[in-house]
Amino acid sequence: MTTEHTHILDAKIPDGPLEDKWTKRKFDVKLVNPSNRRKYDIIVVGTGLAGAGSAAALGELGYNVKAFTYNDSSRRAHSIAAQGGINATKNYPNDNDSVFRLFYDTVKGGDYRSREANVYRLAEVSDAIIDQTVAQGAPYGREYGGMLDNRSFGGAQVSRTFYARGQTGQQLLLTAYQALARQVGLGTVELFTRTEMVELVMKDGRAVGIVTRDLVTGEIESHSAHAVVLATGGYSNAYFLSTNAMNCNGTAVWRAHRKGALFANPSFTQIHPTCIPASDEHQSKLTLMSESLRNDGRIWVSKTPNDDRAANDIPEDERDYYLERQYPAFGNLVPRDVASRAAMRMVEDDKGVGPLKNGVYLDFADAISRLGRQVIEDRYGNLFEMYERITDENPYEVPMRIYPAPHYTMGGLWVDYNLETTIPGLFASGEANFSDHGANRLGASALMQGVADGYFVLPATISGYLANWLNVAPVPTDDEAFVETEQAVQDQIEKLLSINGTHSVDYFHRRLGKIMIAKCGMSRDREGLEWALEEIPKIKAEFWSDVKILGTNESLNQSLERAGRVVDFFELAELMVRDALQREESCGGHYRVEHQTEDGEAKRDDDNFAYVSAWEWRGEDSPPTLHKEELEFEYVALTQRSYK
Amino acid sequence: MNITLRVWRQAGPDVEGGFETYEAKDISPEASFFEMLDEVNEMLNDEGVEPIAFDSDCREGICGTCGVMVDGHPHGPQSATASCQLHMRKFSDGDTITIEPWRAVAFPVLRDLIVDRQPFDEIIQAGGFISANIGAAPDSNIILVPKPAAESSMDAASCIGCAACVAACPNSAANLFTGAKIAHLNLLPQGSPERYHRTVAMVETMESFFGSCTNFGECEMACPKSISIDVIAWMNRDYVAAQWKNFRKQGQQ
Repeated sequence: MTTEHTHILDAKIPDGPLEDKWTKRKFDVKLVNPSNRRKYDIIVVGTGLAGAGSAAALGELGYNVKAFTYNDSSRRAHSIAAQGGINATKNYPNDNDSVFRLFYDTVKGGDYRSREANVYRLAEVSDAIIDQTVAQGAPYGREYGGMLDNRSFGGAQVSRTFYARGQTGQQLLLTAYQALARQVGLGTVELFTRTEMVELVMKDGRAVGIVTRDLVTGEIESHSAHAVVLATGGYSNAYFLSTNAMNCNGTAVWRAHRKGALFANPSFTQIHPTCIPASDEHQSKLTLMSESLRNDGRIWVSKTPNDDRAANDIPEDERDYYLERQYPAFGNLVPRDVASRAAMRMVEDDKGVGPLKNGVYLDFADAISRLGRQVIEDRYGNLFEMYERITDENPYEVPMRIYPAPHYTMGGLWVDYNLETTIPGLFASGEANFSDHGANRLGASALMQGVADGYFVLPATISGYLANWLNVAPVPTDDEAFVETEQAVQDQIEKLLSINGTHSVDYFHRRLGKIMIAKCGMSRDREGLEWALEEIPKIKAEFWSDVKILGTNESLNQSLERAGRVVDFFELAELMVRDALQREESCGGHYRVEHQTEDGEAKRDDDNFAYVSAWEWRGEDSPPTLHKEELEFEYVALTQRSYK
Repeated sequence: MNITLRVWRQAGPDVEGGFETYEAKDISPEASFFEMLDEVNEMLNDEGVEPIAFDSDCREGICGTCGVMVDGHPHGPQSATASCQLHMRKFSDGDTITIEPWRAVAFPVLRDLIVDRQPFDEIIQAGGFISANIGAAPDSNIILVPKPAAESSMDAASCIGCAACVAACPNSAANLFTGAKIAHLNLLPQGSPERYHRTVAMVETMESFFGSCTNFGECEMACPKSISIDVIAWMNRDYVAAQWKNFRKQGQQ
């Protein structure tokens, strides 16, 4: 592995005081005047919160937008599964919130591995997000006076989270979907459903379009534009079992990476503490239970290892409310990385609960006796029902069982302050970029970033790039750049279909996932990572010689779709491991057992690792090159994160 | 547990389909319905038979991507439950289960259990939104929403767009889906300026694809989110009102 300090990473952060930077950028950036906007074509890949938001906003501004989703409708996407809420600094509850406090909490929560300027901007636009989505009809929870209600969330001591029951992500995605539908109706956006981006097209060092596969007919098609926006979400499905939807994948960002976009902090992944534990070997995915449950639920295990008693038979004084004991100030509301590791240790110490001993209790008995069952039902009714459907247990009567699961990836394509990747003309929005959450994301911040990037940031910054291409037509799709890329796509598909081995795509994906969760999951060490780095290429090689994909390209072929995605997960997983290996410190979700404090908390090394690792693809046979963007902290003092 | 499956197989939209019978062996009762299908697909793949194509994404009952007829019931026998949240413990060892795609003229089968629900998007594009340009919003607490209205709006907004209501309806009507979106938006003060225009545009688009509602009520029973057919009554009320309101001239109130 070579390490280089180069100047290719210019984050383009505006000068001046923190609170003026975004205003300054919006003033400095080149504009495209309203009558010229229709001369520009923009491709947006992905129609989740960040993608639908970007596409709708760009359409409203007057650009010609083409939006792509592999789903059957832009109302799907995994943003829909976010349950608990969205943060904003309105300070409606009068509990001392401010832009600076949200900024501070987010930088601290991210264990000081994010960019101050980006995070401040996120906090700054958070209020406009609530205003906008309310105006668009998001049915947020309300007080009897008609005003908006708030709840509290992990990692914060104020109540700043707005919510729509336990379906906040659904309601926000639907507002973005509806804004997009409006633009489709008005003709500013052309929407392509069941269409997957399979390759990025480059010419003269910039992004000029994409190649797609129609998932119904198999048709390979080229689309050309002045700029390409990737809003394709995260890559938690590298673990196979995660809370991500079945179709979530890293192909778009990985294809961009292979074409020259640097990939930042790939090892920064979030394992969410409150998911339903796996029930058997054939589990296809894991289900999240909103973090908001930790507001009223108390987490505990028996003080006795291997305790086989039912939860309700364990007397109060034999229970260990370990988060309340270890972190009295934040209690059950410690940030996700801290809560996850604590649960992992309980299970490792043989205190796991449930038939497979693979969980901890999340108990609502106290809250129900204090507030009454009706209040709990109003707050979490739909989550309780979902839990009961999956586990066949009634959480009003017996404690829920929860365990951490891969959930969100803070890493992603490296972007500058304008959300532009290292490929000119290629932008990344939402979870697909790395920019705002450092090494750990706080709850209710993913929706915030998705909407912020989609509605407010990208539409404001993209004109700076577009203005350079006024009256220059997009590269035609019969250009050899497109023809060659289409051919490469065809070749890969033919190769996959011709292997005709013995095992399904999922068989290989599951094997990859098991390695990743064991060696590059909640805790990591050198030995395990080095082993994974040897093992992953072996599975990849085996896949390429032994996978069995039936059917043809010219039809709806779900095995073929998955195969293309798993091919990229092998390489992406390898980079995650490499990144975890080089970062000889613990921070946030990246926990190296070699680097811990006496209390077992993550121990950072700010002198040597206060940087963003950004990896450059060097081809399949050469290791990638590491570039570093040094992080500077002017406004937040770096301290040992303490939630005690 | 061991289950016999009768599954609808159809290679493409223009090809005739039919039922095939498969044995699902050693299925864990803890498995979800689709995990059972995943296992059957692994077995078919091993045997050289193309796996059964079915739509499924979140597997948490929230995205609305999935939906199959299980023994004639949209999303299966468990009420208020999407197919992906159905678990095998609701069936018994030795059962025979028939699995079909949604059946509606407006939803052509693309392959096996997958249908094209594009008309739903077109109904939304016709008016299922509030025209609030990004950047133009006032402070959120300027718009007061009475809690009961917010709650009713949220009840309607929880529609996941799966189309079980259409599949359940003897006439393949989409009134529950359309009514739910109209109720979500029309119940809110933010939605009221476009109330009547929205209702007419969406209803007329709906009618160009789907059959008529006969107040049979099967849709409510099939809905995985238990959306009440009240939303259909509200939609009809606003549609009728729109006819004599001459809303374009009267500022729509």
